[in-house]
Order: sequence, then structure tokens, then C-alpha cells
Amino acid sequence: MFAIYRKEMRSYFINPIGYIYLGVFLVFSALLCCYTTLIAATYDTSAYFTYLIFTFVILIPILTMRLFAEERKLRTEQLLLTAPVTITGMVLGKYLAALTMYVGGILISCINFIPLYIIGAAERTGETTDSVALTHIGPVTGEILGSVFALILLGAALIAVGTLISALTENQLSAAVITIGVIAAMVLLNVFNLLTDSDGQPLISSYVVRFVLDWVSVISRFSAFSQGIFDFAALIYYVSLAFIFLFLTVRVYEKRRWG
Amino acid sequence: MIKIEHLVKNYGSNCAVDDISFEVGEGEIVGFLGPNGAGKSTTMNILTGYLSSTSGKVTIAGIDILTDPIGAKKLIGYLPEQPPLYLDMTVEEYLHFNYELKGCRLERARHLGEICETVKIKDVYRKVIRTLSKGYRQRVGIAQALIGNPRVIIFDEPTVGLDPKQIIEIRNLIRGLGKAHTVILSTHILQEVQAVCDRIVIINKGKIVANEKTENISSAVERSRRFNAKICGPQKEVLSMLRGMQGISYAEALAERDGDAYTYMVESEYGVDIRKKLFFDLAARGWALIGLEALGMSLEDIFITVVDQSEERPSKTSAAARTVRRNRGQEKNALEREVGASLLEDAKKQRAEAALHQTEDDE
Repeated sequence: MFAIYRKEMRSYFINPIGYIYLGVFLVFSALLCCYTTLIAATYDTSAYFTYLIFTFVILIPILTMRLFAEERKLRTEQLLLTAPVTITGMVLGKYLAALTMYVGGILISCINFIPLYIIGAAERTGETTDSVALTHIGPVTGEILGSVFALILLGAALIAVGTLISALTENQLSAAVITIGVIAAMVLLNVFNLLTDSDGQPLISSYVVRFVLDWVSVISRFSAFSQGIFDFAALIYYVSLAFIFLFLTVRVYEKRRWG
Repeated sequence: MIKIEHLVKNYGSNCAVDDISFEVGEGEIVGFLGPNGAGKSTTMNILTGYLSSTSGKVTIAGIDILTDPIGAKKLIGYLPEQPPLYLDMTVEEYLHFNYELKGCRLERARHLGEICETVKIKDVYRKVIRTLSKGYRQRVGIAQALIGNPRVIIFDEPTVGLDPKQIIEIRNLIRGLGKAHTVILSTHILQEVQAVCDRIVIINKGKIVANEKTENISSAVERSRRFNAKICGPQKEVLSMLRGMQGISYAEALAERDGDAYTYMVESEYGVDIRKKLFFDLAARGWALIGLEALGMSLEDIFITVVDQSEERPSKTSAAARTVRRNRGQEKNALEREVGASLLEDAKKQRAEAALHQTEDDE
């Protein structure tokens, strides 16, 4: 498993793909941070994280598209499947490599918050000591930590989706396109719940439908974390989503052997 | 070492491997011979745990590949039909990756060094695999199979697409490996198994047709002797004389002419050496025998011979086998034509380049 993990990590950096992913993501997150906080003159990072989720709809497929599709095309999967490694080990190795890239990118992008803290600190020293406000000045560390953690969980689930799709296709490009479609659907489904008609009534009135959409949508569980609350149910939700899709990936390979 | 019992593999309604059973002993080199689509690769893929069998049992050194796949895979080095190479890695990275993948515990630097020495890839060790030629890629693939010193090594058509010199080198390499390992190799080239293997398993349409020691098959091959004879003289008379000669079961004129000499394909009866008699008989009539070429056997011939033998009938070569024989001379010509054409092409290219340089210089 670790051999495969190391190989995948290496291949992210032998090929341009790792650099493209990190480059695009870092530039984009920096710009987003700039627009949503500095230019908007707020310490509130929730808009930043929401937009970031939408960028991952495009960026996560870049990480996952080649994981299995490429191996299948070049027939190198034969090497992995005849090596003394379990299929689970192989899938996990690849998944963890993609996850490492993802988490690494997010951690690096945390430098985006440094300006906020600097400005916050400057503003605080500007205040006179007797008018210590009851309001907190500067970014809320708890919210940021919660959001970053939730983002990582969300990514863990979405990367598992991409992994499964890559295992189902032989072509990187189709893997990427399908993954974008599926992830976009998963992220955007609860948008329907927000739609209202001219009277301000929700367009979807059935509670059941709204509940299901909300449940399926991966974004709806993001909110608690982004308020700095540790939502255990959401943690379980994301982890089990990742587990299910990885399990399906393993099954895909098991089934192919019997095909 | 390897035991295959009643192996069956169906792809949907298509039966690729149909109830195969055989055993391979320790240190044996077994050739797996069969035409394309006979089920060679499928069998090998099942042996290595890449595919699962529909039914049947495969054990490697007593370990069942289904119940303990990891344990069995540890004993096997496999080179699939298409070497599984990561084109964007260097040879060094690739071998190190395989070393880790197989959880090898031998001393790394020395082990990899020895393997590179064996398959002669030292000089491309730091090159990216994408830039390597077919022959080198194949060798890197073989190197991969040798990592961890597996007790069983399985090669699927190891010499396809290589030039004759490389083929000989790889054959020698495999023969060398046979001293310390159990080797199974598949091929559709008879000469290859004859040159390398101790035993030959012939498979056709998913069934084992023959499972014999190489000597036995070779002697079966020897028994039906066939020659191309180049004889000066009037074609019709020569042919009628050949057909009338004792010991010759079949004769036919081929469409090859060299001055006043025609080529005839002659087939002798079982166990009769007609060469001397042929020479003296022709000499008596004043027709010169200017060429006598013993024909090797093609896979089809072997099938027919072996199958005929197992059914205990004297060899009667089928028309199909003869067609193959007849076309052989032309195949050679086709090869020559091909080589000639490529040489011409090269020369043309060189000339064009030279002309280009000339004009550049002029400018």
C-alpha cells in the first residue's frame, strides 16, 4: 500500500498534474480570499469557504481522473493486481495520495489568512484600552479551523467519488467530466431548496423532497463546522460517504477479476 | 511446484479455457504453446491471480491462489504480454517501485544491481522508460519479474516484437533463469520452446492437445521429414519420378524457378530417410540436385502430428498444413522485401537530408 502511495505521490510531481492542481488552487484561493475578505472589508471567511467548495468541483477531478483510468489504459494495473498487494491496499494507497495532495493544498492555502490576522492585530492595537469592545476584532480562529476541517472532510468524500469513477472508465478525460458532473450534482442539489417563487414560498413544498435533497447534498452539513462547532454527525456522514465509495471501487476491481 | 486442476474460464458464453490440468515441477522450464486466442494468456492471468477462474484449482507450491492470493503472488514473477511499464518513470524509479511493491527483503542495492546485470539494462538505468526501445522495455519488464527472486517466473510471449539478436539474448536469459527458478513461458513460435523448454504443453481452443517432453515432440517432428529440393531437369518428368519413388509419400512442384532448376516439396514416409536415395536416383537420370532444404515444422504441423499420434494414425498431412508449408518460402521473400523496402526508404531519407543540407549550405 505504501509503495503505491509513494508511487502516486511521485507521479503527481513527475507529471505536470500535481503542479497544475496546486498552482491553480493556490492562485484561485488567494484571489478568492482577497475578494471575499480584504476587498469586502470583513473578517468573515464563510463566503470564502463556500466559493472554495465550488472550485473543488473542478479541481478534485484533476486529482482523481488518472488514478485508475491511466493504469487501465496502459495495462499497468496488471502489475499491481499480480503483486502481493490486496485490492483494498491498492485502492487505499491511491486514495490517500490524492487526499494528501488535497489536504496539502488546503494547508498551504492557510497562508491566505495571515493578512487578516495582521490587519486584525493592527486594528486591535489602534483601539484605546478603555473601550475594549465586547465584539471580537479580527478573524475567528475557531470558525476558520472548523471550516478547514470540514473542507477536508468534504474533500475526502468527493475524492472517493472521483476514485470510483476513475476505476469505472478507461479514459482520463471522460473520468474527469463524469466526476465533475457527479460532484457538481452532489454539491448543488440543495440549491433547489433555496429557490422560491414570486410569493416568497419555497418552490419545493414537499418536506420529504426537501429533506432528501438536503440529506444527499454534501454541502448542507458544512454549516455547523463553519460556525466553529464540531458536528459529529457530519463527520460520520462524510467519513461513511468516503467509505462507501472506496468500498465500491474495491468491488469494481473484484468484479473485473471474475468478469 | 505449480499444479493446475480442471481449470475452466468462461467469458459469458465464450469458453476461453476448457478443463485444463497439468503440473510443473520445481526448476522446470515449460513452454506453453498455442495459436493466438488459444487461451494461453487467460491461463497465465489465472495462474498469476489477475483473473479468477470460473472453476478449477490452481496451487503454487501448495498455496491456493484463491484462498491465499497474497501468499501465492509472493512466489510469482510475471511478465504480461504487454510489459506493465510506467512510461514516465526512469528505469531506476520503476525497479525501486517494484521492489517496494513486492515487499522484497533482499539487500536492495545489490539485488537490483544483479538484476540489471542479468538483463543488461545497466546503461539505461537512469533513462526515462518512455525513451527506451521495444527491446529495452521488454528487458525492463523481465527485470521487474525477477525482483524478489520469485520461485516461479511466468513470461507471456516474451520475445514478440523483438529483433532476432534480442530474441536469442532473451532466450539465453530464460534458459539461465531455469537453473534456479521454475519458468513458464507462452509463445506461438515452436522454435522458441524447442530452444528453451524442457517440456511443452500445447493448447488449442482452450484444451490441452499435448503435454510432452521437448525431445518427444521434437522426435515426433523429426519423423515426418519434409524437404524442399531444388532439381535441374524437366519439371513434369522430375515430378512423376519423385511421385513414383519408394519412400516418398507426397511430392509437389512449387512455383519457384532458378534457371533450369525447379523447386519441389517432398514428403517422406515415417522413419524413412530418403535423402541418399533421392540423390542417387536423380544422379542416375542425369538430373542435378542443387539444393536440399529440410523444412522445420510449423505449429500447425505439430498439432497435426501430435494429434495424429495421439489418435495412433500414421501421419497424413492435411491440405491445410501443406498450404502453410507452401507459403513459407514466400513468407521469407515477404520478409526480405520488407527489409529491402526499409533499407531503400532509409537511403531515400538520407539522400533527402543530404540534399536539404546542400541547399542550406548554398544559401
